[in-house]
Amino acid sequence: MPGKPLLEFNDNGIYCAAGKFYIDPWKPVDDAVITHAHSDHARWGSKNYLAHHLSREVLKYRLGAEINLQTVEYGETVFKNGVQISFHPAGHIIGSAQIRVEYKGEVWVVSGDYKLEDDGVCTPFEPVKCHSFISECTFGMPVYNWKPPLEVHAEINRWWQKNIEEDRASVIVGYSLGKAQRILQHLDMSLGKVYTHGVIENTHEALRRNGIQLNPTTRITPQSNKDEVRKGIILAPPSSVGSPWMRRFYPYDFGYCSGWMALRGAKRRRAADRGFVLSDHADWDGLLQAIDATGCETVYLTHGYTAAFSRYLAEIGYDAHEAHTLYGGDEAVEEDSSTVELVNEEGEVIQPGEGAAEI
Amino acid sequence: MRAFAKLFADLDETNKTNEKVRVLKEYFTSVTDHDKIHTLALFTGRKPKRQINATFVRTWAMEMAGIPPWLFEESYQVVGDLGETIALLLPRNTSEQHKSLTEWIGEMNALANMDEAGRKQWLTDAWASMSQQERFVFNKVLTGSFRVGVSQNLIIKALADISGLDAATLTHRIMGNWDPNTFSFSQLMQEQDASDDISRPYPFYLAYAIQETSDQQKTAEEMEESLGDPANWQAEWKWDGIRAQAIYRDGKIFIWTRGEELSTDKFPELHGFLKELPDGTVLDGEAICFSDGTPLPFNVLQTRIGRKNLSKKILEESPMAFIAYDCLEYAGEDIRHLPLSERREKLEELQSKTSFPEIFRLSPVVDFSSWEDLYDLRLLSRENHAEGFMLKRLESTYQTGRKRGDWWKWKVDPLSVDAVLMYAQKGHGRRADLYTDYTFAVWDGDKLVAFAKAYSGLTDKEINQVDYFVKRNTLEKFGPVRTVKPQLVFEIGFEGINKSNRHKSGVALRFPRILRWRTDKKIEEADTIETLKNFLG
Ligand SMILES: [Zn+2]
Ligand SMILES: [Zn+2]
Repeated sequence: MPGKPLLEFNDNGIYCAAGKFYIDPWKPVDDAVITHAHSDHARWGSKNYLAHHLSREVLKYRLGAEINLQTVEYGETVFKNGVQISFHPAGHIIGSAQIRVEYKGEVWVVSGDYKLEDDGVCTPFEPVKCHSFISECTFGMPVYNWKPPLEVHAEINRWWQKNIEEDRASVIVGYSLGKAQRILQHLDMSLGKVYTHGVIENTHEALRRNGIQLNPTTRITPQSNKDEVRKGIILAPPSSVGSPWMRRFYPYDFGYCSGWMALRGAKRRRAADRGFVLSDHADWDGLLQAIDATGCETVYLTHGYTAAFSRYLAEIGYDAHEAHTLYGGDEAVEEDSSTVELVNEEGEVIQPGEGAAEI
Repeated sequence: MRAFAKLFADLDETNKTNEKVRVLKEYFTSVTDHDKIHTLALFTGRKPKRQINATFVRTWAMEMAGIPPWLFEESYQVVGDLGETIALLLPRNTSEQHKSLTEWIGEMNALANMDEAGRKQWLTDAWASMSQQERFVFNKVLTGSFRVGVSQNLIIKALADISGLDAATLTHRIMGNWDPNTFSFSQLMQEQDASDDISRPYPFYLAYAIQETSDQQKTAEEMEESLGDPANWQAEWKWDGIRAQAIYRDGKIFIWTRGEELSTDKFPELHGFLKELPDGTVLDGEAICFSDGTPLPFNVLQTRIGRKNLSKKILEESPMAFIAYDCLEYAGEDIRHLPLSERREKLEELQSKTSFPEIFRLSPVVDFSSWEDLYDLRLLSRENHAEGFMLKRLESTYQTGRKRGDWWKWKVDPLSVDAVLMYAQKGHGRRADLYTDYTFAVWDGDKLVAFAKAYSGLTDKEINQVDYFVKRNTLEKFGPVRTVKPQLVFEIGFEGINKSNRHKSGVALRFPRILRWRTDKKIEEADTIETLKNFLG
């Protein structure tokens, strides 16, 4: 008689009955193992959290300084009720991990979110052998094929340069955790200074407290000299698009960095002047390659095009299933759930009473 | 093709008008005259004839991409545009091409004489030699679906800057019946001469709507405030037909409809009166179905327009008339610069001589002495088979395109009901990643019955919220459609309603749209099918 699967999907998240813990639960639970600090994976209210070292400060900033958090290194093993847990690089954002779970010789891996390209900022993805793989498939359609990221970064720098020549401010938009650091670290710092929206600067401060070296940035405050700021590049979160905060830097050109920019329609919807196709998720070939590298037989799909992607995997010989989860599903949703309420009209971050941001 | 693909990408990369004009000028000054005229043809909707069946294009693309048909269809659902889907799915190019737009269009036209195997070879070779952007633009031209997100005004502006001709002249020149394979760019730019196209229509003058919603109507005082003395204005009913321009020159007739389509053959009933007009006459008016002195509902006309062949039955069921409201050319002379009052005199004179008064009709001038009068009369629009009023300043010249100030449309309130969101589907094109296409339902007893699809009307923020709701409240999925938990209520406005046997609800709405999200209402408060049927009158 086949036993209970090692990991299952229930109303609270991905559950390990043998180890009595959850991975990326969307409801408060006793024991939460977190792949990464994005809001659809790391949610508020659980009693204990286990995450990677480099997620520590961002998790405290987002979930509250008082959370009960244990952190580990990649490759380090932890046991919960006899179930072996280890973290492996996912290449998605700083501190992101795939979670390997082993019990009585059976191995499952939960990918969280991942990409295969080395983004030069976070530890690159490493495939982990397993029997069953729970994989995201945000961009699991064959129309998504990323260009080499260095080409995109070169485009961004050329665009900045051109805006300087034509006396327009440059506003570059990307999600505050992940995309913003990736953009920042590849900017040509000889062109000018980098100014940040409060939400992004808060994230940067958290990462710097975690020992991460980032290029220098200057927080935009109501006292900032607008003319000076306009000479540099402004790094802003999606929630600031079209806001009075952004409009005060007019005239500007606004570039949007996201995997969705691969489709003309998605770009037009965001009314971006420029769309830069830069994603922290794997593209079609990347997903297929990653799944193949695990050597797994069974795949569960979360995020995005789960129906089509699982059908395709089944056709090429996998035991593939669509999993019903509450994960973002797409970068847009992930981005829209950023800390909008915490910014006032001037772009200043409103600090809640305790100093910890509730998201 | 490379320059053309780059033009397209550059236009795509900016939302700024000045920048678009600059890009267009740069392009037009750098390519050959042949490429210029082909570009202008494409930008003004003069597409080359489609030489390959779309099914073949799809099949060969699937083969080259190495994906199964269902996945190709799913991809198309996601992207929303066939040309773009194919451009994204094909493997990276293995060679490069340096042919011009004109050369590619020449090759496309030559496909007519090629067999299937030859066409396939030609197409797959073409794809293998193009970058993604080139492929996209190429596919759009090839499949006859080329559209560009640049208004004709911007193209005119760029050409006017380059040529030194004024914009109104250019707008007029690029209308009409020219073919880029036989008409040259220099001919287009030449001063008016004998070779001038006798079919050429004038650009329509379009009115702006007086902005109001069902609960924010303009009062008579507000009308007075913004439009001034009613004595300076002419009011006509706004007819629910198709805007048309009728031309009689050199013994030939031409009928152009609003989409700048030559539709002479679609309206045989109008030919008689046109042929007896004096030579050199151009009229602006409404082509509309008319019977026993009364306009027929719009869907009668719509059915007729949709038919390829005008059978005897169709001609009997939907007889046409032409309600004339302006005269643009009189005795061979362009009189658009004259004030409306003088043009109207000429129009009335022409109409008084017709032997087809049942077909060539005048749009009656509505008598009113105050805005209050007109306000009350407007409530009778539907009884008069009209959508409201057209207000035209008596001194107005006939202008080009949509202009504020002298012509206004003042419509009756939109009809509306409160309805429940029932199905959602992902949008196409610019909203391909969000659930933006909705089907709404009203109560029929204790069941919800779907009655309308609507896309537009919500803000981007609201669309995101509905999308969030849909993704978390899906009851079932079939294909691209999700059935959602009945919970959200919206006010749906529409222009008209007709009985329909094809629809489960028994009614078909005309131009349904979302007026607002009624977050204050519970689904129990949504309207019933009886309410809708009452609108049928
Ligand atoms: Zn993530
Ligand atoms: Zn995620």
